[in-house]
Amino acid sequence: MAKKFLSGNDAFAEGIRLAKPQVISAYPITPQTIVVERLSEMVEQGLLPAEFIHVESEHSALSCAMGACAVGARAFTATSSQGLLYMAECLPYAAGGRFPIVMMNANRSTALPWNIYGDQRDSISQLDCGWIQSYAENAQEALDFALMSYYIAEHKEVSTPFMVNLDGFVLTHTYEVVEVPSEEQANAFLPAYETENKLDLQHPRNLCFSAGPEHNLLFKYKEHQGLLKVQSVVQEAEEKFARIFGRSYTGLTESYCTEDADYLLITLGSIAGLVKERVDRLRARGEKVGLLRIRYLRPFPNAEIAEAVKRVKSIAVLEKDVSFGNEGTVYTNVNSALQKAGISIPSSNYIGGLGGKNIAAEEIDAIFDELKQERTKICFVGLENETDDR
Amino acid sequence: MTEILWHGRGGQGAFTAAKLLGTAYILQDQSRSALAFPSFGPERRGAPIRAFTKLDSKPIGNRSEIERADYTIFLDDTLFSADACSALKPGGKILLNTKHKVDNEHVFTLDGDRLAAEILKRPITNTVMLGAFCALYEELSLDSLEEAVKQMMPEKLWEANIAVVRAAAAMMEGRKNR
Repeated sequence: MAKKFLSGNDAFAEGIRLAKPQVISAYPITPQTIVVERLSEMVEQGLLPAEFIHVESEHSALSCAMGACAVGARAFTATSSQGLLYMAECLPYAAGGRFPIVMMNANRSTALPWNIYGDQRDSISQLDCGWIQSYAENAQEALDFALMSYYIAEHKEVSTPFMVNLDGFVLTHTYEVVEVPSEEQANAFLPAYETENKLDLQHPRNLCFSAGPEHNLLFKYKEHQGLLKVQSVVQEAEEKFARIFGRSYTGLTESYCTEDADYLLITLGSIAGLVKERVDRLRARGEKVGLLRIRYLRPFPNAEIAEAVKRVKSIAVLEKDVSFGNEGTVYTNVNSALQKAGISIPSSNYIGGLGGKNIAAEEIDAIFDELKQERTKICFVGLENETDDR
Repeated sequence: MTEILWHGRGGQGAFTAAKLLGTAYILQDQSRSALAFPSFGPERRGAPIRAFTKLDSKPIGNRSEIERADYTIFLDDTLFSADACSALKPGGKILLNTKHKVDNEHVFTLDGDRLAAEILKRPITNTVMLGAFCALYEELSLDSLEEAVKQMMPEKLWEANIAVVRAAAAMMEGRKNR
């Protein structure tokens, strides 16, 4: 395995090269552009034997990927922000068609005000469209998600599209150390895509059909079951991944200093790196603090969250998202997990980083400090005087 | 952690220098970590830009821009003012490409334009200042920098850039204990 100094976009493109999709259809948008450029260069140089299709819009990018999947090809696309929203009509289409497309989304704010910087409101607005959603912390995990996403999405009992999310700029455009696996390792990990869910002259079948009131509910139930199956397939994929590549992951969540923690911060994406540094610092002073990082937002890690918080005094959810008129959507989901598990502890919501606003180390420390007050609070990080204290 | 803040203008190669430094640092010891990133946003030739390199022996989780640097490097002295000292950590140093003398204990100067004109035959000072930095920073060898140049630059640029890195390092070596 070679160590290289790569950006998140570069690392993801390396992962996709190793996953060998047969069709790539994409439309460029900041901050996703580089992953598309790298892949088109790889195709041109003969490093990746894929058909690269330049489409006229994101709507077409995903439609094209569905067409490729419908003849049994492995397909890839990538987008961000307004592009994801323009593609939105096709998202439940791909999920309902059970096409295991992999898409990289570079998390970016949505207009208005116009803004090209990172937050997670784009992908979180699409949580209910039937896709698996994962969030990478760093470029290495991004590359590893590129490989694992196909393994999980294409699993026969899952057969569901997979959106891998990378924080725009702070992850997509930041260079860091990445181990790039060899092609032999990648081949040993990821089998060729085999499916019966395709157009085949020898075995004619109908794809992308209508289903009226009598059958529709059953199709949607099966789609739901496919997503729920992801939890065990992630575990299977990660065990195989660790055997071949020597790097381990921990399923739908990652626990950091949670075992004896009194106060727990729950978050997702690249900000977790900073939180880990602050946890280390506070632990060195004897403070019992911990981090639970959500790696997969769909399927939602209800059981993992309940397990992590059962001995905790209070939690805070830090997210780059808000569902206007309510609260952060991750917070809503976390509270639902607690309620179902019969856990009643104070939980606070910290909405930050919108439109790329920096979340500083001192602001993380302040969240841990406020956790000791053990109260419920919804607030915007960096807007101290604008607290929503319902 | 050692934090290096680069100031330059679009087209001067500040971000390339930030990446070369990160690459060299991990090439020297594979167990190290580094981050390199530019000030994000629209880019334009000639407009002031910043770039950032963070170096550490352990993983780096903080992806925020550097507010107080161990080293601030100016590729262009029209961007420099004495205020830059307030963005330094205690004991921090400024490395400035200029023909002028600057009377400030934190500031190390070098006529990078002249070296670039002589060796690169182009007014690009990013690798000049990288070489000068290498003389000030003990955790990095010139051999690692040379290897980074070979990994990240096209082959036709290797010879002149390696020569200018070494010349700038030699020049700074003679001054750092003034």
